[in-house]
Amino acid sequence: MGVATYIKDEKDAIKEVILQSGIKIKPVYTPDDLERIGFDYEKDLADPGEFPFTRAIHPMGFRSRNWTTRQYTGFGTPEETNERFKLMISHGQTGLNVAFDLPTQMGYDSDDPMAEGEVGRVGMAVDSLRDFEMAFKDIQLNRIGTGLTINAVASVMLAMYQAVAEKFGYKKEEISATPQNDILKEIVGRGAWIYPVEPAVRLIGDTIEYSMKELPRCNPVSVAGYHIRESGCSPTQEISYALMIAFAYIDNVVARGFKAGEFVGRFSFNLNIYGNLWETVAKFRAARKLWAKLLRERYDVQNKKALFLRGIFGGGGSGMTKQQPENNIMRGAYYALAAALSGAQTTALCSFDEAYTIPTERAALLSLRTFQILMDEIGLRDTVDPLAGSYFIETLTKEMEDKILEEMKKVEKAGGMVEAVSSGYVQREVAKQAYEFEKNIQEGKVTKVGVNKYTEGVDMEVELHEHNEEWERLQIDRLKELKRDRDNKAVKESLKSLEKTAREKKNVMPSLIECCKCYATVGEMANVFRDVFGEYVEPSIF
Amino acid sequence: MGERKIRVLLAKPGLDGHDRGAKVVAHAMREAGMEVIYTGLHQTVPSIVNQAIQEDVDVIGLSIMSGAHIPICRKLMGIVKEQDIGNKLVVVGGVIPNKDVSTLKDIGVSGIFPGGVYFDEIVKFIRENAVR
Repeated sequence: MGVATYIKDEKDAIKEVILQSGIKIKPVYTPDDLERIGFDYEKDLADPGEFPFTRAIHPMGFRSRNWTTRQYTGFGTPEETNERFKLMISHGQTGLNVAFDLPTQMGYDSDDPMAEGEVGRVGMAVDSLRDFEMAFKDIQLNRIGTGLTINAVASVMLAMYQAVAEKFGYKKEEISATPQNDILKEIVGRGAWIYPVEPAVRLIGDTIEYSMKELPRCNPVSVAGYHIRESGCSPTQEISYALMIAFAYIDNVVARGFKAGEFVGRFSFNLNIYGNLWETVAKFRAARKLWAKLLRERYDVQNKKALFLRGIFGGGGSGMTKQQPENNIMRGAYYALAAALSGAQTTALCSFDEAYTIPTERAALLSLRTFQILMDEIGLRDTVDPLAGSYFIETLTKEMEDKILEEMKKVEKAGGMVEAVSSGYVQREVAKQAYEFEKNIQEGKVTKVGVNKYTEGVDMEVELHEHNEEWERLQIDRLKELKRDRDNKAVKESLKSLEKTAREKKNVMPSLIECCKCYATVGEMANVFRDVFGEYVEPSIF
Repeated sequence: MGERKIRVLLAKPGLDGHDRGAKVVAHAMREAGMEVIYTGLHQTVPSIVNQAIQEDVDVIGLSIMSGAHIPICRKLMGIVKEQDIGNKLVVVGGVIPNKDVSTLKDIGVSGIFPGGVYFDEIVKFIRENAVR
């Protein structure tokens, strides 16, 4: 897949392979390599379902349970999104993953001047509970798990999800939501931040604490190394940053007097697949092992289930190319294969047209079919961790593990993740890698098919998702209507009480749920936090 | 003349937070000997124009990944013309489908660089077209 560096001789024979993580691959691996790394089956692997879970978190892997397919979905108005949700479910998709538009992610209502031109563009527009009522209409919220891809205002969306479920007659104990809720990675890599680092992390602590007590089936945080990798870091940095971020959130809740073992079992991860196949598989195996080991060492977590690294391993968008876009169908299939070989619980793929815009219905279905072919047709469910015991894979897994630990030490040295992000250390590391990588592609040191090798000149046109300008007007009209119809006195009081809890540093979740139930808007709630917390100021690093 | 470095304001307008492309291109322009001012994320169009005037740049570069490049560029070119801010070269990069290129040119954007364009091409275009 061409993102390793290959040094070749004049006859095109490969002399050296250097993975992005800096590890060199040997031409041949033998039992001697296992001996060199001190390989021990019980200590390094163990059976699937046994500590340190290198092979799998469940003893029967995909045999007992197929993976959850959760394509990132949402655009336009809540009705448009609801239709696409139902379509994907009718075609066999087993989870939802909600894409919100940028104004919603940034805590602006659709009628805010900052929202102009963006309403419903890259995701669904949500202003109030009324929009969730339309988006989740006729969807069994006690049966399906829903990822909410939102971070700065994840607390608001989790509250709204509970509010909509209760409105539909479900109990809060039976709903399963996974808000992404990882603000540190937004600051490093995806840019949808609002508040300064400290209060932003506190909001995440609030959702974790609240879920632990009230929402037993929710996963309050999905630590997303994915986006840091998309921003350019290496696979080993991706895992080391993700683990360090997770520790930062754990520390916030532990400081409130709880034990990590009480809540960390509900953590999940969102990790990236693109690049070299072997490096990817070894990365996930090393990540599972390290998470379990470090939770034990750092936080004395003993409950086996709380040590599982669960998550969505998804095909990365930055692997996709604008040139020769149909090649992305094949890339997606290989990324999905990597996810399957790595034992992903949940998966998603960027669709082939996503180097252009959000996917068409046809492209999204093609991604879903890619998963179904792997699992139902060619045998990826047959046996657990099929690559285990390979001299090569086990050696590489160990080498990746060592590299990840090395990177983690650098972050520790920079003061831990909160400090390393506040100071811009991590951003600088990522920017450096991104530039180097791009330069390597442009200089032909790293191959990208259709980009710097086997090029065709003119790219074929593909059918693209069309954004409808009307959605913005419709959403704004509706918002006006809502503000006219709702009990504005109740809204005002609920927002006041939210402000009070935010200022007094109490858990904001109960107040947020009250606000949502009164039809306070996302912008109104986000602005309360803006007033209390202020806004993040970004260092200029490139 | 010709001694002064080309000054570029690289801006991220709107709410889109994907800044890998912007940062990589900013770095490449700096390597190529230009002076680069990076605005950071979430900039409004009027604020970008203001910064361009204050920093006295020769080039305004926009990086847009959200798909909102047409409304954003239209707004920016409107203000640029209205305020008569001198001969500043406006270029845009990001996730831009081929079919939008002619619309962007009609709006008045000089250089359009979709994903995958090489640094050299961007640098060459700016060197040849920036008015100093």
